[in-house]
Amino acid sequence: MSTTSATAQQTPTGQPPAERERVSAFAGLSRVMLLGFLRDRGTLFFTLVLPLLFLLLFGSLYKSSGTSHVKIAEVGSVQLLDQAPGDARAQLDKVLSITKYEDQNAALEKVRKGDLDGLVTSGPNGQVVLRFSASDQVKSGSVQAILNSVVESANQAASGKAPAFTLAASQVEDNSLKPIQYLTPGLLGYAIAMGAVYGASFTLVTWRKKRVLRRLRLTPVSPLAIVGARVGVSVLVALAQTALFLVVATMPYFGLKLSGNWWLIVPLVICATIAFMSIGLVTGSIAKSEEAANGINQIIVLPMSFLGGAFIPLDVAPGWLQTVSHALPLRYLIDPAKSVLSKGGGVMDALPSMGILLAFAAVMTLIASRFFNWDDA
Amino acid sequence: MTAAISADGIRKRYGDVQAVDGVSLTVETGEFYGILGPNGAGKTTTLEILEGIREPDEGRIELLGLAPWPRNSKLLPRIGVQFQASAFFNKLTARETIRTFASFYGVGPKRADAMLERVGLTDSATVHTDKMSGGQAQRLSIACALAHDPELVFLDEPTTGLDPQARRNLWDLLRDINSEGRTVVLTTHYLDEAEVLCDRVSVMDHGKVLKTGAPAALVREIDDTVRVSVESGQLSAARARELFGAAGAEIANLEDNSVSLSVSTRAPAPVLSVLAEQNALRGLEVRGATLEDVFLQLTGREYRA
Ligand SMILES: Nc1ncnc2c1ncn2[C@@H]1O[C@H](COP(=O)(O)OP(=O)(O)OP(=O)(O)O)[C@@H](O)[C@H]1O
Ligand SMILES: [Mg+2]
Repeated sequence: MSTTSATAQQTPTGQPPAERERVSAFAGLSRVMLLGFLRDRGTLFFTLVLPLLFLLLFGSLYKSSGTSHVKIAEVGSVQLLDQAPGDARAQLDKVLSITKYEDQNAALEKVRKGDLDGLVTSGPNGQVVLRFSASDQVKSGSVQAILNSVVESANQAASGKAPAFTLAASQVEDNSLKPIQYLTPGLLGYAIAMGAVYGASFTLVTWRKKRVLRRLRLTPVSPLAIVGARVGVSVLVALAQTALFLVVATMPYFGLKLSGNWWLIVPLVICATIAFMSIGLVTGSIAKSEEAANGINQIIVLPMSFLGGAFIPLDVAPGWLQTVSHALPLRYLIDPAKSVLSKGGGVMDALPSMGILLAFAAVMTLIASRFFNWDDA
Repeated sequence: MTAAISADGIRKRYGDVQAVDGVSLTVETGEFYGILGPNGAGKTTTLEILEGIREPDEGRIELLGLAPWPRNSKLLPRIGVQFQASAFFNKLTARETIRTFASFYGVGPKRADAMLERVGLTDSATVHTDKMSGGQAQRLSIACALAHDPELVFLDEPTTGLDPQARRNLWDLLRDINSEGRTVVLTTHYLDEAEVLCDRVSVMDHGKVLKTGAPAALVREIDDTVRVSVESGQLSAARARELFGAAGAEIANLEDNSVSLSVSTRAPAPVLSVLAEQNALRGLEVRGATLEDVFLQLTGREYRA
């Protein structure tokens, strides 16, 4: 980044340049912007705390709704389950979650209450005893069917003959989305949009109102250093938001599993931050006061978040909403983020969106420059 | 040697207001130059055009041999600027503010802190700029203008809002930086300030420079005028005028502002004897001409800052 050339300047008092400590305008500007962010409780709350609270809240609320795992208790040792060979057991774990219990009565109580779908224990003569509650027809049906097929394939294996027919069990829900898989990129997109739009527009409005912009014009700082520092700080904030979100979402309680190319979230977030900042540049150039900027930003960020799929997954949204979402930059963060974070998406799922985000930023910046003013006068 | 500033025929119009109306001036290197004038005279506009932050409608300007408009980043490290209204980053302390400004010029924190010390703000280094008093803010903004050792310094009403002690201290500081070889241009309302500090002043009103010269020289031109004043209420202005006329004293100006009755005249002896005869000598003051009288003579009206 650009630093000033003042170090080489000879002054009337003859301060020898060598004696000067080297500091850069870029670092100075970045520090000011970062401090401005960290010392503003409101901004901190809206960009870091609130979106995270949303994630905690929605993550907990929707936690159970997507998992149609059949949960059973294994009381004592059931040979059939314990001695299933490795990959058979792995298959089993896809559809069944098995918890060991010592106390049969406690487990039964849980089945009655619906916390567990069934209870398996060993009977005499290799019998496998299954007890279930009929309160949930679907679950009781699947728990019988699954256990039945396990018993049959075990019998078959015991007979030593290759099975004539096999069934590859795979739960359809696993290929669609668990709530945490769309909540994480959605709410993260909302958080980043808030942070970047507000960061850019408030710097512009406040600095103009406090005459800092015109003061900066009379220092040798290049406009590029100012823009660069602002982008740097906003990207830093966005990456901090991302890290925070991923740490929380991947906690076992929420259970987000990152897929191979999840690191692609980093370049995606950088491009999206630049795109959102360009919105802030426009609103900050138009607005005359912080209050006005705040209002305009809300009017843009909130609808964009709803329509762009921050709070609801677009896959289940009506057609018109899907169409609208294509016009919003937020979509080009959330959609590929969902894909690369947990659905195994690769570079080609992220690259086109990154291109669209940067093109959007270029257009908005051009618009902003038409409205830009150094001072109020 | 080239002049630090040479400006020729600057004009600037805002709507109906001709804020600057053909100002020409030359400031020599190392000079302490003052622009003096009442509110709305066009001082700030003139200064901002010289600094290169406003584009003049007309006129030619050179700063240190370079054109200040459009923005010239070769020139900027060599000049230091203090705005009439402070311009600080939000949420920063005094020390952070000056260090930030210093960093724009590649100047490190040690020199920035030294500058803070020099304007007497070390004790307030950790005060946030929006919590500072007017005088503290004023000193900080001057410190920010000086942190990078500029050759040419522009100060727009640097002592406005300072208490008398702080004002004296600042005068000392400004004299110091000028004696270090820096050219200083300041605007002020205060005639005493201009007399004490400036090598030369331009008296401005209605966007025009009325007169330029060393304060002493300007005063000397009218120095045979003496200003006599006594406490108000002892003698009415009308009666005084009548009596002075009868005594043959030619009166340049006579005014009663309800605190004191003042008379400017080239013939103080008859004026004083009239006042003595009328037993109206309470609060008597007699002094020679000042810049105030220069302004009065140039504009035909009393100077009101
Ligand atoms: N940005 C502006 N837009 C419109 N009019 C302006 C602007 N700036 C200054 N003026 C007008 O130009 C004239 C000169 O203003 P200027 O600020 O230069 O005066 P000044 O001598 O600095 O006054 P003061 O002593 O109050 O600071 C005033 O009549 C003012 O109203
Ligand atoms: Mg002014």
